[in-house]
Amino acid sequence: MAETNGSPNGTNGQHAVGTRTVRPDGMDKVTGRARFGADYNLPGQLIGRVLRSPHPHARIVAIDASRAEALPGVKAVVTRDDFPDQPSEFIPAGEMMMNYKDVVRNVMAREKALYEGHAVAAVAATTTAIARKALRLIDVKYEVLPHVIDVVQAMAPDAPLLHDDLFTVGMEPKPEKPSNIAKRVEIKVGDVEAGFARADIIVEREFKTAPVHQGYIEPHAALATVAEDGTTEVWTTTQGHFIVRAHCARLLGLDIGKVRVTATEIGGGFGGKTVVYLEPLAIALSKKAKRPVKMVMSREEVFKASGPTSGATVRVKMGATKDGKFVAGFAELKYQAGAFQGSPVQPGTMCAYAPYDIDNVHVIGYDVVSNRPKVAAYRAPGAPISEYAVESVVDEIAKKLGIDPIQLRMMNAAREGTKAAYGPKFGPIGLEETLNSIKKTEHWNTPLRKWQGRGVASGFWFNIGGETCVALTVNEDGTVSLMAGTPDIGGLRASLAAVAADELGVPYDKVRPIIGDTGSLGFNFLTGGSRSAFSGSMAIVEAAKNIKADLIARACKLWEAKPDQVEWKDGAVRPLGALAEKVKPMTVADFAKVAGKTGGPIAGLGRINAQGAGPSFGTHLVDLEVDPETGRVTILRYTVAQDAGKALHPAYVEGQYQGGAVQGIGWALNEEYVYGDDGKLQNAGFLDYRMPVASDVPMIDTVLVEVANPRHPYGVRGVGETPIVPPLGAIANAMENATGIRFTELPMSPPKVLKALKDKGLNKV
Amino acid sequence: MRYEAPDSLEGAVALLAGATGEARVLAGGTDLLVQMRADILDPDLIVDIKKIPETRSITEEKGGWRIGAAVTGAELKEHPRLKKAWPGVIEAANLIGSTQVQGRATMGGNLCNGSPAADSVPALIAAGAVATLAGPNGKRDLPVEDVMLGPRKLALRKGEIVASFFLPPRSPRSSDAYLRFIPRTEMDIAVVGAGVSLTVDGAGVVTAARVSLGAVAARVLLVPEAAQAIIGSRLDKPAQDRLEAAAQAACRPIDDKRGTVEFRIQVAGVLARRAALIALDRARES
Amino acid sequence: MAKHHVEAIVNGDPVEFLCETEETLLDVLRDTLNLTGSKEGCASGDCGACSVMLDGRLVCSCLVLGAEVGGRKIDTIEGMATGETLHPLQQQFLEHAALQCGICTPGFLVAAKALLERNSNPTETEVRYWLAGNLCRCTGYDKIVTAVMDTAAAMRKG
Repeated sequence: MAETNGSPNGTNGQHAVGTRTVRPDGMDKVTGRARFGADYNLPGQLIGRVLRSPHPHARIVAIDASRAEALPGVKAVVTRDDFPDQPSEFIPAGEMMMNYKDVVRNVMAREKALYEGHAVAAVAATTTAIARKALRLIDVKYEVLPHVIDVVQAMAPDAPLLHDDLFTVGMEPKPEKPSNIAKRVEIKVGDVEAGFARADIIVEREFKTAPVHQGYIEPHAALATVAEDGTTEVWTTTQGHFIVRAHCARLLGLDIGKVRVTATEIGGGFGGKTVVYLEPLAIALSKKAKRPVKMVMSREEVFKASGPTSGATVRVKMGATKDGKFVAGFAELKYQAGAFQGSPVQPGTMCAYAPYDIDNVHVIGYDVVSNRPKVAAYRAPGAPISEYAVESVVDEIAKKLGIDPIQLRMMNAAREGTKAAYGPKFGPIGLEETLNSIKKTEHWNTPLRKWQGRGVASGFWFNIGGETCVALTVNEDGTVSLMAGTPDIGGLRASLAAVAADELGVPYDKVRPIIGDTGSLGFNFLTGGSRSAFSGSMAIVEAAKNIKADLIARACKLWEAKPDQVEWKDGAVRPLGALAEKVKPMTVADFAKVAGKTGGPIAGLGRINAQGAGPSFGTHLVDLEVDPETGRVTILRYTVAQDAGKALHPAYVEGQYQGGAVQGIGWALNEEYVYGDDGKLQNAGFLDYRMPVASDVPMIDTVLVEVANPRHPYGVRGVGETPIVPPLGAIANAMENATGIRFTELPMSPPKVLKALKDKGLNKV
Repeated sequence: MRYEAPDSLEGAVALLAGATGEARVLAGGTDLLVQMRADILDPDLIVDIKKIPETRSITEEKGGWRIGAAVTGAELKEHPRLKKAWPGVIEAANLIGSTQVQGRATMGGNLCNGSPAADSVPALIAAGAVATLAGPNGKRDLPVEDVMLGPRKLALRKGEIVASFFLPPRSPRSSDAYLRFIPRTEMDIAVVGAGVSLTVDGAGVVTAARVSLGAVAARVLLVPEAAQAIIGSRLDKPAQDRLEAAAQAACRPIDDKRGTVEFRIQVAGVLARRAALIALDRARES
Repeated sequence: MAKHHVEAIVNGDPVEFLCETEETLLDVLRDTLNLTGSKEGCASGDCGACSVMLDGRLVCSCLVLGAEVGGRKIDTIEGMATGETLHPLQQQFLEHAALQCGICTPGFLVAAKALLERNSNPTETEVRYWLAGNLCRCTGYDKIVTAVMDTAAAMRKG
């Protein structure tokens, strides 16, 4: 375990950081008191509902809402005409990019409906029943167009075209004809051809993955109220209320300062709540109706109209020498973006070979549109797909060379000083430590039976920092109010409160953390990129530093001392030298009592653009069993080892590892978007979109590796995303180990597994 | 939308027979409410049958068991003697949905929802269960395999409801079992279901059997050829192979989001065999 | 058709409300009685976030009509703690970090309480299958199952 760098908590020397404190918001969440998106209501509110396209691809010839508008109880109807068009401009959305020209079209279909479920109109009415009835009275004239769902088919020259102004970027020479390929990206180091020429063994495989949804249990929900002067308030379940504010102001032509957005408690996001869907509609409806409008998606709408992540086709070719040194890595990634450009193919490209030290790497990625909902970020966006393909090939190389798969990874592992293929030179990183930790587990050394298999895979994610603003206030009684501006999606308040407690030397339970609205703090980028605990804790250190400097100044005034006669140590301003004979140290609580007499309120702001996010590597180990007669796969045992840098709250770090692993299990085995030939989604519900249930999985053992991030005051790295990267490869590798078959298509659902077993004549006990 | 909760079968029948628009029976509601919320159904009248004593009771009758159509899965499970007599029927009913759904879901509703993938139906058919229908012309009995005609299509006449099921008396050394295949361990609709009920003699030879398969055709199938394949055998390997082949031969499935034709046919044979072996073990011990 | 007039007992208190036929018990709890602790994750009985007890039986309140509950006893998450004292499950969920986002937590707690009332010594497998109708996307279930098992052990000791 790394040493805690923070100052001790009070004079008894206890730390809150690194301990398993009870989360400050916990009481509300176990009693039903916590208010999530759909739990907010306002007097006089209307209910908003969305009319959605039944067609995967259709020109919208005309929309006649007059009959709906005439229905008693209907107070407003909005369509494409209520949203001014936007010029093409790319802006960051979480770890991905988006374009306002597309955002306005995704929020409300304009020229065309581009996927089944695409919003076409919205109504606000006095009751849900009237709103539903009104939707049926809106007459939309469609000209149905041919559609394309699959990524490879969408790339074909004769594929139905989604956007006739989409010309592939990154292609030389520049294409003269539009296509569904939005972008070609590439990273290249060394000379892969020369590398392959040196290789004793080359493995090349093509993989296919299905689109999967983030699957947050709380559907999107928003409540908006717009006054006659344009003053707007929004309550919404989001990973970034400052981002919601920016998007809504832009789409509706409002001053940012006039829009106040409050993030409700958020019932899961995983990247899927980094964009806007309902918020602009609720504002537009409220503006028209002059009454608050509440909108909540159904589960079906969540699946059909909010973003899953890409499905993809990936080709990987790797070369190694016979003693196991990787000498070349090539990959070609084709990622679905959904109806608008902006798949996570760029990070997918960068991550593919990031865990390994390889001199020659060439990765090409394509961002491809098709008639599906626009993808949104999903936990380490893009990385699980490309790293699954590479980890599968790594495993195959290990087998062919007869080298232990952990050993092979160790031999090629990125370490401090390795120059990553995507550019930077790594600082201290923990990949080797995670591999070593896995090798030392009892799990790794337990024997298996027939039809059981064991798989291992590693994973990488960058993590990000970014704009962050927090406030600390010392109250009259010495308690501390902490305000952060990034929604708490899984224990953030606990981590930040612990840091504030240790920094100011107050007990953990004397810190009350809240998430402030957009009017209460400077701009905060969203909760995403595993940044909120990393950046938030840095900002708190900054805010506490400001408070401590102020307290030292106050002490000097009170004691008539010079700054060099006092110091902040162990939770108090302490007199030094001769002064120590005369006056007693003063804690934060002591200053609180005399705040009025020493300069007024005690408060500190932490404003940073956090840099130095440390990448987090993880290695997963899984045992599974295959029923050869039915193709059913049972996960028997699972261990995660990951580098946290420093676990501010070990239990919530473990929780990230466990949750990510189980999402990965779902992705690997059963989750997928199933489309019919008609281009419609057939499994838009939790019944047939099969996320793991409690009885599907075992306990998920965790090993917290802590290789301190030197660029963070406590050594913290982001931990939230990496855990979803290794499971796909680890499970595919375990399947190979159990059956001798290399599965190259996800999900490895029973029909696929049984067919593969049958083709090899293995489908008997 | 009208809601009525009559306290007699006659009252329920009169409401349904007299309905002018679309009328639906509400038992557990675990299918009906979902379909209403999804805009698949928008009935004018809902007749809740849970206040009718006959639909809510489990009673011994002529050596067999009468189970009200609106008895929940959780209540079935809590009836030890019924569970001992018909373990397969009870385990099938208990596979419908989660613990929460078990608190509501009923075998009457499972049958009348008209899905070929209904879990309790293959077990009831294998058991030789008879549905007692109440209608404007009084009561009539119909073997469960004859109630469902196809997806969402039932042999019920206007105003008729399923009031109860009758499970026949058990001869010694008889038992049953139900297995289904789902991709997860819980919460899915059966991709294939197989119910087997059988009787063995003192020497362990199968003297009577019924085999039923779910989710492999437009309706739940009773497969006499599969039963014939094991009658007279001790369920040794050749009999198991014959059973598997007969079960597979009876399948006429479709490809859909839950499984392929090939998968369903193959797994139907596997599950029929596995269910038969479980039933055999239980019969020997009973 | 006029609304149904329904009288029931919710968390020990008599309540009366009006509802349309198509309104579910969950709609009534959340929108009419302002008990928003029960959550709607799917409205199809597949996620368990709306779990409540109906006459002592665990159900999804999204699969019950408001009109059906006349004269019946309903217990929701809001009635789980006694005065200022949390139920041991609530306390253990906090101490085990058995929640991340917390949206599924009320449903898990209501369902787990129903389990422990029937089975004071469940195995891990029994806990997992009993709770299979409660989806959690954050935790991977590990800490939830541990919290339930530990609560059971503590309650057995008294």
